[in-house]
Amino acid sequence: MVPPYRAVRELGNFHYAPSMSPKRHPPASPERRTFLQKGALAGAALVGAPAAAAAQAAAPPAAAQAPPPLTHAVESAEPEDIQVLGDNERAGSDYMIDVFKSLGFEYFFANPGSSFRGLHESLLNHGGNTAPELITCTHEENSVAMAHGFYKVDGKPIAVMAHGTVGLQHASMAIYNAWCDRVPVYVILGNHADAAIRRGAEWYHGVQDAAAMVRDYTKWDDFPWSLTHFAESAVRAYQIAMTPPMAPVVMVLDGGLQEHPISRNERLPIPRLTMPVPPAGERGAVEEVAKMLVAAENPVFVADRMARTPNGMKMLVELAEILQAGVIDQGSRMNFPSRHPLNQTQRARAAVVDADVILGLELVDYWGTVNALRDQLHRTTRRVAKTTAKLISISTGDLYIKANYQDFRRLQDVDLAIAADPEATLPALIDAVRRLVTGDRQRVFQERGAKLAQASRAAAEANRVAATFAWDASPVSVARLCAEVWNQIRNEDWSLVSSYYSNDQTNWPRRLWNFDKPYQWLGHAGGGGIGYGAPASVGAALANKKHGRLSVAIQTDGDMMYSPGVLWTAAHHKIPLLSVMNNNRQYHQEVMHVQKMCNARNRGIDRGEIGSQLSNPNIDFAKLAQSMGVYAEGPISNPNELGPALARAIAVVKKGEPAVVDVATQVR
Amino acid sequence: MRNLPRRRAHASACALLAVTLTTIGIAQAQNAPAPKPAAPAAAPAGKIDNGGVLFKKVGCYQCHANEAQGGLSGPRIGPALFPWARFLDYTRKPSGEMPPYSAKVLTDQDVADIYAWVNARPRPPAVNSLPQLAP
Ligand code: HEC
Repeated sequence: MVPPYRAVRELGNFHYAPSMSPKRHPPASPERRTFLQKGALAGAALVGAPAAAAAQAAAPPAAAQAPPPLTHAVESAEPEDIQVLGDNERAGSDYMIDVFKSLGFEYFFANPGSSFRGLHESLLNHGGNTAPELITCTHEENSVAMAHGFYKVDGKPIAVMAHGTVGLQHASMAIYNAWCDRVPVYVILGNHADAAIRRGAEWYHGVQDAAAMVRDYTKWDDFPWSLTHFAESAVRAYQIAMTPPMAPVVMVLDGGLQEHPISRNERLPIPRLTMPVPPAGERGAVEEVAKMLVAAENPVFVADRMARTPNGMKMLVELAEILQAGVIDQGSRMNFPSRHPLNQTQRARAAVVDADVILGLELVDYWGTVNALRDQLHRTTRRVAKTTAKLISISTGDLYIKANYQDFRRLQDVDLAIAADPEATLPALIDAVRRLVTGDRQRVFQERGAKLAQASRAAAEANRVAATFAWDASPVSVARLCAEVWNQIRNEDWSLVSSYYSNDQTNWPRRLWNFDKPYQWLGHAGGGGIGYGAPASVGAALANKKHGRLSVAIQTDGDMMYSPGVLWTAAHHKIPLLSVMNNNRQYHQEVMHVQKMCNARNRGIDRGEIGSQLSNPNIDFAKLAQSMGVYAEGPISNPNELGPALARAIAVVKKGEPAVVDVATQVR
Repeated sequence: MRNLPRRRAHASACALLAVTLTTIGIAQAQNAPAPKPAAPAAAPAGKIDNGGVLFKKVGCYQCHANEAQGGLSGPRIGPALFPWARFLDYTRKPSGEMPPYSAKVLTDQDVADIYAWVNARPRPPAVNSLPQLAP
């Protein structure tokens, strides 16, 4: 994996290169290092001269030859051990921070690790610990999930620093979630490539190909050999991560490259970041879609990972209103206001069944939208949509796919597939539709819109009534919990930073609350990896902080137990977040699965909970949070006590701190 | 009949027929109008308390939520939504996602107890009396 040593010369400057050859390695020994220190100026002058540089490129590097000539004075003195950066020097990692600053990272998230100590120090002392500022994490899975949540609010990636081995191993599940959710996370791994100068622990933290472990679920990675190589790859990684379909990227930074001093005279330019414009649909195809939509009797839009920016939702509203077409928001992003009269999410199945044209917008599971799989002892499938319905897809999923992990879902044959970014395509589609709408069609649209509005009003009303059942029950019903939270936040500038409610049935916030801003709904974990919710909500709350928004998480117990240390991060960095525990004291989803198996096998149906319970003893989440300096109350099992407890916790959050309210709830 | 699992191809004609019937069953369940509450015809007298214990113990609560009000994967099933015949029949032979409960693992009397408990769930307060649910 490791290419042979080469002295890297660019613009006449010598750059450190990771090497397998101890002999040819510039900082191979303390003696050599001392020499470099003493001779720094001379050396700089030397490498600065093109002729000398050329000569040195031809000959083996100095270190490979005889040691420097010793004078009597040097010989008789104790070896001088000057181990500080010379006046004319800076660290390789200083330059790295300059490059990272140029990319606009607001924060670095990290659990500290020696393989990136050089970068860590540069971030603090060279970078001044601002933009990027370092946020201390207690687990690499938290670092990445926090970055995932941050991006969902901010639209900007976060860099996560981790050890190339043990750190990445911790981080990998969260990277997988981000990958499945097509969210950019900029992963920086420390690694010591040169076996000749590794300290003891660096052997465990050293790896030939660090990124290999996550290559199946990251978009790009590199292990730069020189600082110039680093800079180009750092910028390239950012561009790749942020170009739809977005995804995590990995930069492996050699410890030597970080730590070895370089001359201040070295010309190391910072490459300019130019973000590629995301691909919009081809014009002819877009016009074809417009024709189909205008002619349709019952078109429906199904949006999943569509809205990349706040503009995405605005444009989808515009298009839906022109056509008076129904919209189903599958919710990986905030695509459509929850109470818009054309929002048919609460009657999604019926809307799909009725549709004669279905337009999927970054719709990940198209097959599952128009078909159903029956999960019984023998699995069966059936089509739900009309067989005559015309299916259209606009998705970057057609532009980029990887093997091995199966997050691409089942292949759905469609009538027209446009490999493009839907948000980038919407302006042209809106124009094309506008051009085709006639007065006659408009009258049809108005009638259709009135019917859809009626249907969505009825669904909303049914939701309110459904929430009244088990209203006074203890443990608290999930509907009651969500109604109580809503009652406290409805007049605030709020953001629901995480919840595990995915399908429509239990998605009580989306059934009851009025979501109309892009940051109010942030979607899901992506890969279904539990342990996302708690850290993602802290990351998202950090992004909301500068806007003064009230961040609210509905936090499940199983999720919290993966890495509760993130509560400490929230307390330490004063991240305001109201975390309301949906504590049903079990891995409830899994209990259901085991119950299904019990029933199907017909030999005992009352033991399904074993192995999926989180009771006996019950976990005291309030104490857990308090132990890390977080304000906390609970467990609350009387629903009437919930409102006042939430109000007290919100008062704490408004002072700029996290708070946890533990609620003993029913199952979802 | 497309999309059947591959293993199915080797099944007997009889099994295929059964699947066909099941598939039709799903279609009917989907299209059937919502069942009207009828007089609970021949429901055996149920023991409410035992029904509550069973509702939890045999896992109905996991999908229908603790008070039968509807949850993650099952709809609301009470109070007083279904006639007994339908309740029992569906518990035995669900046509959708619900897993079947055979008489071997849950007797008719058990189901009757559950039915009694489900129907004894308190009626909810009027939606407009709850400020938390104000639209
Ligand atoms: C693993 C989830 C699950 C469990 C456990 C479960 N159900 Fe269901 N149940 C469902 C679902 C889902 C439906 C909706 C129809 C369908 O898809 O089968 C349903 C529907 C029903 C219905 C309504 C059928 C109709 O006529 O519309 C009844 C009655 C019912 N369940 C009773 C029970 C009882 C009693 C138990 C426990 C003995 C139980 N269920 C356990 C998932 C479940």
